[in-house]
Amino acid sequence: MTAGKTLYDKIWDAHLVHEAEDGTCLLYIDRHLVHEVTSPQAFEGLRMAGRTVRAPEKTIAVPDHNVPTTPDRLKGGMNEESRIQVEALDKNAKDFGIHYYPVSDIRQGIVHIVGPEQGWTLPGMTVVCGDSHTATHGAFGALAHGIGTSEVEHVLATQTLIQKKSKNMKVEITGSLRPGVTAKDITLSVIGHTGTAGGTGYVIEYCGQAIRELSMEGRMTVCNMAIEGGARAGLIAPDEKTFDYVMGRPHAPKGAQWEAALTWWKTLFSDDDAHWDKVITIKGEDIAPVVTWGTSPEDVLPITDVVPAPEDFKGGKVDAARRSLEYMGLKPGQRLQDVEIDTVFIGSCTNGRIEDLRAAAEILKGKKIAVKRAMVVPGSGLVRAQAEEEGLADIFKEAGFEWRLAGCSMCLAMNPDQLQPGERCAATSNRNFEGRQGRGGRTHLMSPAMAAAAAITGRLTDVREMM
Amino acid sequence: MDKFTTLTGIAAPLPLINIDTDMIIPKQFLKTIKRSGLGKNLFDEMRFDQSGNEIPDFVLNKPAYRKAQILVAGDNFGCGSSREHAPWALLDFGIRCVIAPSFADIFFNNCFKNGILPIPLPQEEVDQLMRDAENGANATMTIDLEAQEITRPDGQKIAFEIDPFRKHCLLNGLDDIGLSLTKVAAIDAFEASAQSARPWV
Repeated sequence: MTAGKTLYDKIWDAHLVHEAEDGTCLLYIDRHLVHEVTSPQAFEGLRMAGRTVRAPEKTIAVPDHNVPTTPDRLKGGMNEESRIQVEALDKNAKDFGIHYYPVSDIRQGIVHIVGPEQGWTLPGMTVVCGDSHTATHGAFGALAHGIGTSEVEHVLATQTLIQKKSKNMKVEITGSLRPGVTAKDITLSVIGHTGTAGGTGYVIEYCGQAIRELSMEGRMTVCNMAIEGGARAGLIAPDEKTFDYVMGRPHAPKGAQWEAALTWWKTLFSDDDAHWDKVITIKGEDIAPVVTWGTSPEDVLPITDVVPAPEDFKGGKVDAARRSLEYMGLKPGQRLQDVEIDTVFIGSCTNGRIEDLRAAAEILKGKKIAVKRAMVVPGSGLVRAQAEEEGLADIFKEAGFEWRLAGCSMCLAMNPDQLQPGERCAATSNRNFEGRQGRGGRTHLMSPAMAAAAAITGRLTDVREMM
Repeated sequence: MDKFTTLTGIAAPLPLINIDTDMIIPKQFLKTIKRSGLGKNLFDEMRFDQSGNEIPDFVLNKPAYRKAQILVAGDNFGCGSSREHAPWALLDFGIRCVIAPSFADIFFNNCFKNGILPIPLPQEEVDQLMRDAENGANATMTIDLEAQEITRPDGQKIAFEIDPFRKHCLLNGLDDIGLSLTKVAAIDAFEASAQSARPWV
């Protein structure tokens, strides 16, 4: 008897175009998302070779990385190079006839928020984008991962990708989360457990009661950071919550096609007898609100902990931790809750969805910030509009937050939203690398509720004390 | 893409784990719409101070390593962003080979698309090569892709593994897209059957 299949196996098999004897495969791509930074060279390559986009109807473009998030952005304000990149995307979308959400469109936003919001992302699909956080779409039970620009060009030209199959890893979060603990704490805790290279060579499926209990927004947060654990992709099997989220979205199937799709989607789960190459189990009730202390996403500790010493580690991590502590300006033994914060950033493809803004606003209601600057950058124009309708924008503004337009913003600081050298930021984004949010900037990753708590006290704070 | 057959060059030691693509090429240099010209900004924030002056301690600024063609680095090299600007910057600087205990997945793939050979080796062998690389201008190594061998400065050889398809493409400088387009009939057939099985896609 052959073993059962994992969810990854099933999606893989359904998209296999060709398999060579050495295991090199050609995989069909259902959705190709494109943004302005990693695509210009790919379109240029197509033009130079006289090639075209094979499936423009499966290709969706939106500018997000470079765009300013200040209210005056439509009147200009982009530097010359950024403007050229955004204009190149405008032109490429038009020339090749691909779906496009320009900066002026209310549906514009971070590509990984726009895809699900518009119903482009559906269960069982293969989704790629020239961006490592494409893993986000795995929350729908879609096989989704980041690719380089040469691969962007390959997908544009052939609608396929040359791939070798990854191994299967199961990450099970049992039981329920405790109050104050969120999807961000799950995903950071998993990376703290596996390390940033622990997932290399694997596709991770997240499962267990705590994952089932998450909303779709929360599941996207979990899958988003699979790449930070080194995995090619993160997946969550679709269920009623997934179907409810997808139903009625502009590009979701309708009528008889909806019924047919649903029938197939309901087969998308890992069989009980499927083979796993690696299994990790974490108890949901053991997960605490966490923050990062260093310059790698694996540098994760509960907020109640203290800054570690380099000697607490082994191998190359000893020097890496020493370098991180120096960069971060922290001392071993210092209480994390005593670390003072200058700036708060709420947004990004990790935590820029409506639920994230609700969680932060819940903590901020009626309070004032005690930091130099705080900003909320909604993940899309539609998230922004919904937050305004729900009164969340007023809560942020009254607390002293800047209320921005949609984009990647200070997550990678390609636009003017940047940290100054030495400036310390409580951020809901995904990377705390040296210089990530601006040269010399110091990033502590955390959940939106924790970032809101830090904004109020001006230091890293245990959000549970404010609930 | 340039072929990769054999390479004899100076190896620069970079004994740090988790060297991420933000370190290799910071985001302010991603605003280009070209593939070329990124070498001058390779490792920008480690190589130059805020006034743009070279930081003398950084390995690629030391006289012995200014023309390095090989990097020897720590675990999980190239983690983070998918930016292909990272291998473009390495290539433009003149680096054709990176040796490390492990690589991040997307960076690893991106290297092969640009004629760069990433070689994962066990930690002990990387440690040996790191010590070799620390010998300055004497740190000349030879990489023979066909034979899958690294020749150390003292003549000792270290074997390495590589996926046969990727080896074939590197040795011949093959364009992936051209290769995949030879399978266009299979893509057409797949698309037709997928259209009837999953018409909503």
